[in-house]
Amino acid sequence: MFYLLLFAPLVGFLINGVRFRSQNAKVAGAIACSAMAVSFLSAVAFFFQLKGLPADERVFKFVLFNWIQVANFSAPMSFTIDPLSMVMTLIITGVGFLIHLFSVGYMDHDERPAKYFSYLNLFVFNMLLLVLGSNLLVMFVGWEGVGLCSYLLIGFWFTDPAKAAAGMKAFITNRIGDAGFLLGIFTLFSVFGTISFEGINSFAMNNPDVLATGGFTGGWGAPVTLACLFLFVGAMGKSAQIPLYVWLPDAMAGPTPVSALIHAATMVTAGVYMIIRLNPVFLIAPDAMFVVACVGAATALMAATIGVLQNDIKKVLAYSTVSQLGYMFLGVGVGAFGAALAHLMTHAFFKALMFLGSGSVIHAMHEEQDMRKMGGLKKQMPITHWTFVMGWLAIIGAPLFSGFFSKDEILWMAFHSPRGSVVLWGVGFVAALFTAFYMTRLMAMTFWGKSRVPKEVHPHESPWTMTVPLIVLAFLSVFAGWLCVPHGVGTLFGHMHNYLDDWIHPLMATFDMPHGENDLQIEFMLMGLTLFLVFVSSLVAYTLYAKKPEVAERNKERFKGLYELVYNKYWVDEAYFKALINPLVRFSQGLWSRVDVKVIDRLTYNISDMVKNAGGGLKMVQSGNLQMYALYILIGLVCSLWFLMER
Amino acid sequence: MLSSAMTIGLGHYIFVSGALFVVGLLGVLLRKNIIVILMSIELMLNAVNLAFVTFGYYFDDVNGAVITLFVIAIAAAEAAVGLALVVNLFKNFRELNIRFFEHLKG
Amino acid sequence: MLLSALIFLPFFFVVLVVASPERLAKPITLVSTLVHFAFSLLLFKHFDPTTADLQLVEKVPWLKELGITYFLAIDGISFWLVLLTTFLTPIVVAASWSTINKQVKAFHISLLVLEAAMIGSFVSFDTILFYIFFELSLIPMYFIVGIWGGENRIYATMKFFIYTMVGSLLMLAGIIYLIFQCDAQLGGLSASVLDFYKLRLPFIYGSFISPQNILFFVFCLAFAIKVPMFPFHTWLPDAHVQAPTGGSMILAGVMLKMGTYGFLRFVLPMFPQAVATWTPMFMALGVIGIVYGALVAMVQVDIKKLVAYSSVSHMGYVILGLFAMNMYGLQGSLFQMLAHGISTGALFMLVGVLYERTHSRKIADYGGLAKAVPIYTICFMIITFSSIAVPMTNGFVGEFLILFGSWQASKLYAGIAVLGVILGAAYMLWMVKKVFFGEAGEIVKKYSDIKDMNLREMLAIAPLIVLVFWMGLFPGTFLKYSNKSMDHLVQNKQEYRLKQYSVSPQKSSTVGDRREF
Repeated sequence: MFYLLLFAPLVGFLINGVRFRSQNAKVAGAIACSAMAVSFLSAVAFFFQLKGLPADERVFKFVLFNWIQVANFSAPMSFTIDPLSMVMTLIITGVGFLIHLFSVGYMDHDERPAKYFSYLNLFVFNMLLLVLGSNLLVMFVGWEGVGLCSYLLIGFWFTDPAKAAAGMKAFITNRIGDAGFLLGIFTLFSVFGTISFEGINSFAMNNPDVLATGGFTGGWGAPVTLACLFLFVGAMGKSAQIPLYVWLPDAMAGPTPVSALIHAATMVTAGVYMIIRLNPVFLIAPDAMFVVACVGAATALMAATIGVLQNDIKKVLAYSTVSQLGYMFLGVGVGAFGAALAHLMTHAFFKALMFLGSGSVIHAMHEEQDMRKMGGLKKQMPITHWTFVMGWLAIIGAPLFSGFFSKDEILWMAFHSPRGSVVLWGVGFVAALFTAFYMTRLMAMTFWGKSRVPKEVHPHESPWTMTVPLIVLAFLSVFAGWLCVPHGVGTLFGHMHNYLDDWIHPLMATFDMPHGENDLQIEFMLMGLTLFLVFVSSLVAYTLYAKKPEVAERNKERFKGLYELVYNKYWVDEAYFKALINPLVRFSQGLWSRVDVKVIDRLTYNISDMVKNAGGGLKMVQSGNLQMYALYILIGLVCSLWFLMER
Repeated sequence: MLSSAMTIGLGHYIFVSGALFVVGLLGVLLRKNIIVILMSIELMLNAVNLAFVTFGYYFDDVNGAVITLFVIAIAAAEAAVGLALVVNLFKNFRELNIRFFEHLKG
Repeated sequence: MLLSALIFLPFFFVVLVVASPERLAKPITLVSTLVHFAFSLLLFKHFDPTTADLQLVEKVPWLKELGITYFLAIDGISFWLVLLTTFLTPIVVAASWSTINKQVKAFHISLLVLEAAMIGSFVSFDTILFYIFFELSLIPMYFIVGIWGGENRIYATMKFFIYTMVGSLLMLAGIIYLIFQCDAQLGGLSASVLDFYKLRLPFIYGSFISPQNILFFVFCLAFAIKVPMFPFHTWLPDAHVQAPTGGSMILAGVMLKMGTYGFLRFVLPMFPQAVATWTPMFMALGVIGIVYGALVAMVQVDIKKLVAYSSVSHMGYVILGLFAMNMYGLQGSLFQMLAHGISTGALFMLVGVLYERTHSRKIADYGGLAKAVPIYTICFMIITFSSIAVPMTNGFVGEFLILFGSWQASKLYAGIAVLGVILGAAYMLWMVKKVFFGEAGEIVKKYSDIKDMNLREMLAIAPLIVLVFWMGLFPGTFLKYSNKSMDHLVQNKQEYRLKQYSVSPQKSSTVGDRREF
C-alpha cells in the first residue's frame, strides 16, 4: 500500500509524460486525478492504521534500496510514516487531489494539458519524497525535485519570456537555499554521525538536560547552531523568507492551480515542515531559533505591507503567502511547533481555497489578473464569492474560523514562550492588522463595490470541477481549526483537546513553558485587542476600497513617497540586480575577457612567442651564405683547438 | 752549411705553408666568384701539402710525401668534380657569384 | 589476455576499415565499436570487486635493460573508465554519422586508434607504456580537431596539442628520473608504477626544490593541463568549439578523465608528503575552477563554449574531491568523472544535433526552440538537469559526495565550492531559457521547418539518458566496483604517512622530518 501512496503520482507522471502531445484535458486530467485519488486513499488508510496503534508506536518504516553508501556514510532510500509526515501527506494528497480536479476545468483550453498534469503529478511525487523521507538526503531529493517541478510549472507557458524568466528565478533562488541545505546536511553529519532523522533527533530527545540548560553553549559558531542556520537558509529559499522571498511573487506566472498547490499549500511549507521535523535539534540551538523567529516575524510584516498596495490579485495572494509563512517561522522560532504545524495546515486549506478562487475569477475574466478591472463579481460568481469569503474570514482570523485558532496561538506563543518576546509579538500583531487590511481590500476590489469589468468580458460561474474543490476547501477552511484548538481558547469550550498537538506529541521535544497565574487573562486580553484592531482594520479597508475608492485615490497622492516605495516592493528586486546580479555578470565578463583572454592566454602566447623568437634569432645563423658557414667552421675549429690546448 | 741566419729551416717552410693557407682561407671566406673559391681551396690544399712534405723531410718520415701524393690525386679529382659543378651552375644560372646561391637559408 | 585484446581489437578494426570501401566505413566502425563494447562487458565476468588487488595482470618484459615491461592490469579505479571509453565510442560514431562527410575512413580510423590509446592508458601499470598511450591519444585527437573541425581548427588543434605536449614531456623527464631512482633504491631499473610506489623520494619541508616536490609538480603539470585545471584551461574552450561533435564528446567524455585518472594513479600515491603539503593549494585551485568555470560559462555567447566552461567547472569538483583525500571525496570524484563523461558527452552531442540543423551556436540566435523540437527539448532538459546535479540524476551523487568529502577536509573550500551548485544552475538555466523558451528567435524563424531528432539520434542519446537515471538512482552499482581500490588508496596514504622517511642512512641529509600534518 505504501507503494500505492508514493508511486501512484509517479505512474501518473509517466503515463501523461509519454503522451505529452495529447490535447485532451479530460483524459489527462482523469489519469492524473485518479493517480492522486489512489494516493490520497492510501494515505487515509495509513492514517487509520496509525490511529489504531498506541501513541508511542505510531510509525511505519519502508526501505526501498540502499541509495548512496560510502564508508560510514549511508543514505538509504527509506521512508517513515509517522504522525507528522502523516499530517503532511494528508494535506498534500488531499489538497493536491482537489487542485488536480480544479485543473481539469482550468486547463480545459490549454494546448498541452497532458504535459501539465504530468508535471503536477511529478510534483506530488517529489513532495511525498520530501515529507516521507526518513533521512535528510531523501528529503533533499524531494526538496530539489519540488523545486524542479516548480521551475517547470512556473515556466509552463514558456513562450512568454517573462514566465520563463520567473521559472528560472525561482529555481536559482531555491538553489541558493539548497546550497545552504547541503551544508546543513554536512554539518549535521559531522555532529551526529548520521543523517537519519531518527538518529539526529534521538540525541536531543534523549538528552533532556541539554535542553534544560538551554542547549549547546558556544554561541553562533557552535556546530549545531551552524547546522540549524544552514538548514534555515534552505528553508528561506524554499519557503520564501527574507532575503530569498523574491521568487515567490514572480512564481505567480505559472497556471493558477499551480500557485495554489505549489506556491501556497505544499511546497513552500516544506521549510516549516523540515524545522518541525528537526525540532529537537533546533531546540538545542537557541541562537538559530532566535534567527528563525526574527526572520519569520520580519517577513510576515514586510510581505504584509507590500500586499497592501498590489493590484494583481495573485500578487496579493503571493505576498500574503510569504507573510503567512513568516508567521509559521515565527511560530517554530519561538518553539511553538504544534501551532506552526496547525497554521501550516489551516493555511494550506484557506490559501489553496483563495488561490483556486482567484483562479476561478481569472478564468472567468479571461486571464485578467488586475483587480482594478474587477469589482462587483459577487453577483456573477456566487459560489466563488462565498467560498472566498470563508477563506477571507479564515485568514484574517475571524473568531472560530480556522485561521483564528492557529494564528492566535502563534501570536500568543511569541509573547509567552521563553524563546519569544514582546517585540516579536508586536511585529506579528502589526502584520495581522495589515493582513486584515489587504485581504479585505482584495475582497472589496474583486467581489464587492462597483463593477469595473470591461464591457466585452462577461464573467460567469465556473464548471463543477472547479467549484467542488472550492466548496470542499471552504468547508475545511472553516472547520479545520477545531482540530487544533489551543489550550487557552479551549478552556472556553470545556477544555477541548488540541487533537493535532496530541497527535504529533510523541515526535516533539518538550521544553519548559512558564506558567504564570494570569496567563489566561493576558492571553484573552491580547486576543481581544488583536480581534478588535483586526476588525477596525478590515472596516477601514472595506470603506476605502468598496465604498469610497476616491478617498483611497486621494491618500495615494498624499503619501506619494511611501506609496511608491511600497508599491514597488521596496525595490528589493532592483536592489538585488544592482548590488548582486549585475556586478556578478560584469565580474564574470571581466574574468573572461581579462583573466582568460588577457592574462592566461596572453601568458601562454608570450611563452610560445619567446620560443618562436629564440628560434627566429637562431635562424639568422642559417643564412645560406656558404662563406659564413665556412667561417663558422673555422671559428668552431679554433675554439676546439683552444679548448684542447687549455686542458 | 751556410750561416745559421740564412738557413732556411723548418720554421720558414711552415711559415710559408701557413701564409699560403691563410691566403687560401681568406680567399674562401671573402671572394665571391665560385671559381676563385675553388682555386683558393686548392691553395689551402697545397699549403697543407707543403707542410706535410716539410715535416716528412725533417722527421725523416716518408709518410709525409705519401700523403701529399694522395692529396694531390684527390685534389685533382675534387677539382674535376667541382669544376664540372661550376660549369653546370653557370649553364643553368648564368651566374658564378656565391651569394646568388642562398636557397638553403633557414 | 583480455586487456591486451581490449587494446588491440581497435587496431584490428582499423585494418577492417582500411580494407573496406569508403561508404561502408561508418557502418563497419559502428558495428565494430559495438562489438568492442560487448567484448569489454566481459570485464564484469572477470573482475572481482571484492578486492583491491590488481586484476587480469599481464606482465611481459619488454625493454629489459631499461626495466620497461609490458604491464597491463585493471583495478577498481580504471575499471569504469575503460567501460566508459568503450561505451562512449559507438555513441560517438552514431552521433557523428551525418556530420563527417569528408575523409570518412580517416576519421573512423582516428577514432579507433584514439579508443585504443585511451584504454591503453587506463590499464597500463608501466609508466613508460602509460606515457606512450597517453601521448598516442593526442595524435588522433590532433587530426580529429584539425581535419574535421570548424573554421578555426588549426589554431585550436595546435593549441591543444602543444599545451598537452609540454606538460607530458616534463612528465617523461620525471618518469626517467624515477626509473633511475628505482635502480638506486630498489636495485634495478624499473618503470612499473608499483615500484614507483615503493620509492622513498626525499622531501624537505619548507623547501621547494626537494626532489619529491619537483617531481610532484612535474607530474601535476601534465595532468593539470589535461584535466584541465585552472589556470591551464584555456585550450579547452578553443578545442571544444572547433572540434567536430564526436571529437568534443570524446574529448570531454574520456580524455579529460585521463588527467584526473593520472592524479589518482600516480600523483596521490607516489608523492605522499608533497601531496599533503600542497593539498590546500590544489583544493583551492579546484574551488577556483568550479567557481571560475561557472562564472565564465555564465557570460558565454556560444553554446559549445558554455558547455566547455561548464566542463572546467565540473572537473574542478573532481580535483576538489581528489584532494579531499577521504573515501567520500575520492569515490565522489570517480563517480563525477563518469557522470561528467555521460552528461557532458550527451550535451555536446545535443549541441551538435542542433548545429547540424541550423549551423549556428550563438545563444542569441535562438529562442522558443521548445515549441519547434519538443523531443529534442526533453532530451536537452534531462541532460541539463543531470549537468546541474538535480538529485536522482547522475550529476548529483558525484557532486554531493565531493562536497561532503571536502567538507570533512576543509569547511572553507567546501563552503565556497557550494557556490558552484548555485552558479551551475544559473548558467545552464539561463542558456536553456534563451535557447528553448521565449519567443522564436532569428534562427528558429529561419529554419521554421526544423526537424526534431531522428531515430538514429534518439537511439544514440537513449543509452546516455538511461545511464543518467541509472547512475542517479543506483550509484551503488558503480561505487561498489571502486570501493576497495579507493579504500586501499586511502589506507596506503595513511601507511605512508606513518613510516615517513627511513631512506638509506647515507642520504640522511635529504630526509624529511617526521612532522605530523
